[in-house]
Amino acid sequence: MKAGVLALQGDVEEHGEAFRRAAGELGVSLEVVYVKRPAQLKEVDVLAIPGGESTTIGVLAKRAGLLEPLRDAVKSGLPTLGTCAGAVLMSSDVVDAVVGRTDQPLLGVLEAAVVRNAFGRQRESFEADLQLEDFGQVRAVFIRAPAFVKTWGGAKPLGPLPHGRYGTVYAAVVQRHMVATAFHPELSTTAFHRLMLEIARR
Amino acid sequence: MMAEVSKELERLRDLFYGLAELRDRLREAGATWPRPLPEAAVGTVRVKTGLPAMLRRGVIMDVTNVEQAETAEDAGAVGVMVLDKLPYDVRKAGGVARMADVKVIEEVMAHVTIPVSAKVRIGHFYEAVVLQQIGVDLIDESEVLTPVDEQHHINKWAFAVPFVNGCRELCEALRRISEGASMIRSKGEAGTGNVAEAVKHFKTLYGAVEELAAALRAGDEERLRDYARRCQAPYELVTLTAKLGRLPVVTFAAGGIATPADAALMMWLGADGVFVGSGIFKSQDPRERAEAIVLATAFWDDPEKVVEAQRMVSERGAMAGIDVRALKPEELLQTRGI
Repeated sequence: MKAGVLALQGDVEEHGEAFRRAAGELGVSLEVVYVKRPAQLKEVDVLAIPGGESTTIGVLAKRAGLLEPLRDAVKSGLPTLGTCAGAVLMSSDVVDAVVGRTDQPLLGVLEAAVVRNAFGRQRESFEADLQLEDFGQVRAVFIRAPAFVKTWGGAKPLGPLPHGRYGTVYAAVVQRHMVATAFHPELSTTAFHRLMLEIARR
Repeated sequence: MMAEVSKELERLRDLFYGLAELRDRLREAGATWPRPLPEAAVGTVRVKTGLPAMLRRGVIMDVTNVEQAETAEDAGAVGVMVLDKLPYDVRKAGGVARMADVKVIEEVMAHVTIPVSAKVRIGHFYEAVVLQQIGVDLIDESEVLTPVDEQHHINKWAFAVPFVNGCRELCEALRRISEGASMIRSKGEAGTGNVAEAVKHFKTLYGAVEELAAALRAGDEERLRDYARRCQAPYELVTLTAKLGRLPVVTFAAGGIATPADAALMMWLGADGVFVGSGIFKSQDPRERAEAIVLATAFWDDPEKVVEAQRMVSERGAMAGIDVRALKPEELLQTRGI
């Protein structure tokens, strides 16, 4: 099996490592591909869009002619995990908690609305144990993290968190072959990468 | 008299109770950033090293105002570093170089969505306290500013915000990490537009890492212990570096990067990303240059893309630069705080 990690910017190596460890746990033979060209999207069975700066990844994807091929690949069923910036890119509606609406490039494949930097700045970044349906207890690392504020259609929100400004927000969203997390599973667990490999195997 | 004093005290006590109630009401109304889970841990090593991990393959740009910060964000920078003067101008101006204006930093934070960094003087604990308090995302304890402590760097373990420190070679890097730095960058020679020193520092750094890795493979524990002793760095950190075959924290290149090809060169030498100081906003074509350097950093391993980036800028627009050999020893910034 081949697992792709979008390698324009962000914690690409951490995702590669999480895929390798997950494959080891499942006893699957796996090759990790760092995706930078549209043609590589056709080779991979599963994709991770890493954490990083969503504005940077969006700008680079647009310039490299990757935005449309990415959107098409994910829409046509490529199992995709987006974490933090990756989750922002996958979402359909994005605002920043301080700056408000910006015109950053998005994939808009996930039926969810997200607020960037929803928990504050780096000083307020945190890690905590979360109870997530289907995953059990997960140690979640939130770095200048976004939060899901709304989902619709086929998207299912997981991990409700109380939020002073937005009421209840969510830590993750699952929609068919897509999983998006506001936190960084690649820094603390293989549970999500294992699930992605299992979805790809089906 | 006593009655008056106790009345005053009572009024004072009421005032404090009132303030405490107001604080609680504001908190409930969500006026401060909410801690979503009471047991959440902030400022842990994982959280502090997590931010630099997200900056990998990115470009952090020096800026002096909101307009430049917005240009940087639009170009695809992963962060901005707010300074009072660009390193090139610090060099020209002389005198004492200090932390940037708090008002300017706050204004930048209100206008861009990407992480905002700022520099503090080496050893200036209180400039760092101020930056943490206003919510700066990453603090650079920088030799570009005038050091205040000849003996010590800041104890960075005391902060919830991550720090980046400069180095010229491995020992310096390991000392900074042992003081709590969450990220390392080469010092290079800031404000020169000349990448030569950054190249030297990266080759020296990774040459030493390779030697340690070889010692570990040969089971030569003595050499690793010697190295730790000579460097005044913890033995555990030396062995970890040898095991990983790289620094255990994210390592950026900095100092004199002025063109897309400079950035690609530093990535090829093993940098996880780059800081660009005077190179962008001291050039004649900052907007195009910013975009081009972002492109060349992400696609350093794709020569066609580096050509595309290099085409976006003109050598005529690049900052003039300074030959490092023309600088007197006392004019070098890299020898500060080692």
